[in-house]
Amino acid sequence: MTEYEKILLTREKTRPTARDYILNLITDFTELHGDRRYGDDPALIGGIGFLDDMPVTVIGIEKGHDTGEKISRNFGAVHPEGYRKALRLMRQAEKFHRPVLTIVDTAGAYCGIGAEKRGQGEAIAENLMEMMSLRTPVLSLFIGEGGSGGALALAVADEIWMLSNAYYSVVSPESCANILWKDPEKAGEAASALKLSASDLRGFEVIERVIREPDGYSDGMAALKFYDRLLKEIRDRFRALLAVDGDKLLEHRYERFRKIGRVE
Amino acid sequence: MNLRDLFKKAENELEDSGGIRPEESNLFECPSCHEYPERSAIRENDSVCPICGHHFRMGARRHILMLSDGDGFEEYYADTESTNLLDFPGYEEKLKTAMEASGEKEGVVCGKTLIGGYPVMIFAMDPNFMMGSMGTVVGEKITRLFEDAVKEGLPVLGITVSGGARMQEGILSLMQMAKVSGAVKRHSEAGLLYITLLTNPTTGGVEASFAMQGDILIAEPDALIGFAGPRVIEQTLKEKLPKGFQRSEAVLSTGFLDGIVPRKTQREYLTRVLKIHQRPEEN
Repeated sequence: MTEYEKILLTREKTRPTARDYILNLITDFTELHGDRRYGDDPALIGGIGFLDDMPVTVIGIEKGHDTGEKISRNFGAVHPEGYRKALRLMRQAEKFHRPVLTIVDTAGAYCGIGAEKRGQGEAIAENLMEMMSLRTPVLSLFIGEGGSGGALALAVADEIWMLSNAYYSVVSPESCANILWKDPEKAGEAASALKLSASDLRGFEVIERVIREPDGYSDGMAALKFYDRLLKEIRDRFRALLAVDGDKLLEHRYERFRKIGRVE
Repeated sequence: MNLRDLFKKAENELEDSGGIRPEESNLFECPSCHEYPERSAIRENDSVCPICGHHFRMGARRHILMLSDGDGFEEYYADTESTNLLDFPGYEEKLKTAMEASGEKEGVVCGKTLIGGYPVMIFAMDPNFMMGSMGTVVGEKITRLFEDAVKEGLPVLGITVSGGARMQEGILSLMQMAKVSGAVKRHSEAGLLYITLLTNPTTGGVEASFAMQGDILIAEPDALIGFAGPRVIEQTLKEKLPKGFQRSEAVLSTGFLDGIVPRKTQREYLTRVLKIHQRPEEN
């Protein structure tokens, strides 16, 4: 499969979305709504529950499967109130010493009049700064699309795990081709030039793990096994991270980003 | 610097904003009032139209010198240059053109300066270097500036202009948003002041990170400030945007700026704010 074919796969409507992961990984999931400032963004699901026996906060960007669901979820394009809801829930997690699992799947933060008026850039900027000082473990799971600042706003994490077909990029390959070569048809070339695949990102040390996907998600048994293994691995990682002293955790998180593009 | 160099630089900045060729006339059509002030008059007026006050783009180094006391500016990390980390097609040529257009080695100038007698760490992005796009070197220089500001116990003033993250450096440029944000956070936790001065345009990944993280956020008049550029929004929504949308005055009214400060009064404004933030023992 080429890089671009993998990207097209992440946009398939049958591919599991954040909600599917929450249903399969979290028991007693209790959704918590709203940013307490403006509204409740349906593109971003937040809540609390158990990961096995461990209380956790989960925040996921939801794209929806069928057309109706996609429209009601705004195609997984988050507004400022979504990012502010996420920050509210992360601070709450910090207060109760719960680890935070973010599930990232978005083509990008929403571009629109309301989003701009309510400070899309400011909302993302605040998350980047505040997540750097959040004294509780944060793990980001990239399950499909990782579109630029809209994905990064939930991914200032201690670790990023990515599914093998997922991507994470500064720009969509279509926009990149359009801006640089005035030709959206060259998206395939842009996708390989951008080096946005899970294995490339592992090479750059931008992510910690590549999670092998099942051959398809329609085989119920294979999918169950996949979720079960993932659940245990995330739980074990959170256990290890919870044992790390708060100052060390933050030092490590800072260094994780500090080293990228360091000039001695 | 000789006279010819001065003239050469002015061409770049003014031609960016549209208008007639220098060989045709010394007069330049201001895109705002459509009058024809002389080029030299615009330049002598800190690249502001002497008729209507329209702010033209200004090179990073010129803006720093305009704000600084005499020869108070001391440049840091001047020799850091970008390389083609991803082997992205055509990137080397782009860098070469950007260096020629801006006269700078990268898209941000950093250092320490004095404004109204107060020491401050300063960074300014350069509109003539790939429209202030943020790659790893830009991120690295700004991060180091914040780290050094913590060591020296100094405030930071950032002058931003940017179309966003630098595509040719892929994910590594996106990561600079988080990296700089971490350094800003540490500087903030040390109780130090960060002022950002947003100039036209400040958009994309720069707006969605360190441009909006200042304790005090000011902008030049009529600067475009936003996450998504207006063309992208128009294409997404398939409608025309209202006049003045995402301009400083609108951003001020929605509550995301502390003030709009024209070039003429920036030095006075910054001096005052720096003075208010001097710790008692330093007064």
